[in-house]
Amino acid sequence: MEENNVKNRYKAIVIGGSAGSLSVLFEVFPALKPVLDVAIILVLHRKYSGDSSLSDLLSTKTFLPTKEIDDKDPILPGHVYLAPADYHLLIEKNHFFSLDISEKINYSRPSLDVTFESAADTFGSSLVAMLLSGSNNDGTAGLKAVKDAGGFIIAQNPESAQMPYMPQSAINKMDMDLILDSRGIIDFINTINQ
Amino acid sequence: MIEDEEIDLLLNDVFEIYGYDFANYSKASLKRRIIRLFALDKFPSFAELRYRVRTEEDYLKRFIEEITVNVTEMFRDPAFYKVLRTEVLPILGTKPFIRIWHAGCSTGEEVFSMAILLQEANLLKKSLLYATDLNPSVLEKVRKGIFPLHQMKQYSESYIASGGVKDFSTYYTANYGQAKLNEDLSEKIIISTHNLVSDSSFNEFDLILCRNVLIYFDKDLQERALKLFDESLGALGYLALGSKETLKFSTIQSRYKQLDKEKIWKKTM
Repeated sequence: MEENNVKNRYKAIVIGGSAGSLSVLFEVFPALKPVLDVAIILVLHRKYSGDSSLSDLLSTKTFLPTKEIDDKDPILPGHVYLAPADYHLLIEKNHFFSLDISEKINYSRPSLDVTFESAADTFGSSLVAMLLSGSNNDGTAGLKAVKDAGGFIIAQNPESAQMPYMPQSAINKMDMDLILDSRGIIDFINTINQ
Repeated sequence: MIEDEEIDLLLNDVFEIYGYDFANYSKASLKRRIIRLFALDKFPSFAELRYRVRTEEDYLKRFIEEITVNVTEMFRDPAFYKVLRTEVLPILGTKPFIRIWHAGCSTGEEVFSMAILLQEANLLKKSLLYATDLNPSVLEKVRKGIFPLHQMKQYSESYIASGGVKDFSTYYTANYGQAKLNEDLSEKIIISTHNLVSDSSFNEFDLILCRNVLIYFDKDLQERALKLFDESLGALGYLALGSKETLKFSTIQSRYKQLDKEKIWKKTM
């Protein structure tokens, strides 16, 4: 890790989303600053497709370098990483990604809980985890693990979500550090570590 | 909360007592699997899990089964199988004899997928498929060739997407919720334990498939396994990896050329 990174409070933002989350990302991404000192890691439920067109699409929406993750890719600040379809995404202590095709969790692979829990174990209090729109309750247990490890947790405001169920079920279970709509998410990410 | 140090102690026991070396496995995945097993078997403390692994050989068997990931399917990534069908098998077919190694084959779904491709290309008779895994219990399932019937619908769809034109149900007999694959598919499959960490090359192959196995290894062990595959591949042989695995950062890369977009490389010297 680069020297200036050490003093930054937050090293990674893991964003988990399901049905209705893409429209939020398409609103947020074009408004992000072109240089950030955290890594943004996206874990989205999506139908399996062999191609990687979602990461291509996302990369047209942001100045930040965007990549669909290959196994053992390093996690670098200022980059956007997208979990590949049909793999769980784990985070190694030495800040590399690992992929895993074990059983689906919450009927999902990638599962948001799996990545939140793994990121919590690696990043502890230097992690932000964010839960967006969706219609199942994946992500709730993961946010709890992030919180327990000292991380910062955010839910999309259910009133602004196409599918409020997923952020609402997390909000019902624990105290969020913030509940934000798209505008709030943009401001939060653009001013992180300032 | 289970600490990393406790995991290390447990893995050290497993190595010292039983010889299974997980030191260079991906830590994040191993830790998750061990925590899962700890919860599944309702251990009151980590020390008791460790004690049980140390003292009960039968439990060690379960431990190995549960911490290694044995999720696999037939014709996973149909586009990959399509390239095997259209670009790789026609070339292998020019050889008098075809040797294929499925390294880390788990319960064998990919081995049977390959046997179907070979049979359809009329090449199965002159082929041998070596199916290896470190875990003896999954190999028992390869030997039986019996899979849950409810999965066959998806396998049939993937088979067709891979370019298959037959009625997939002609490849198995359904019975009591199980699908038994046709015996003739098994005839050329040779089953054996092999540990990519500790065992060496045992033959020369025309095609090695090791898909979604290297993801459970750290980079050092990935490199060691790739070198083992390199030593085990004949000239102009093919190496196939999982869709998110790569040769890109390996020292063997310079001798290989990737086919299209799929994770299949041809050895060029």
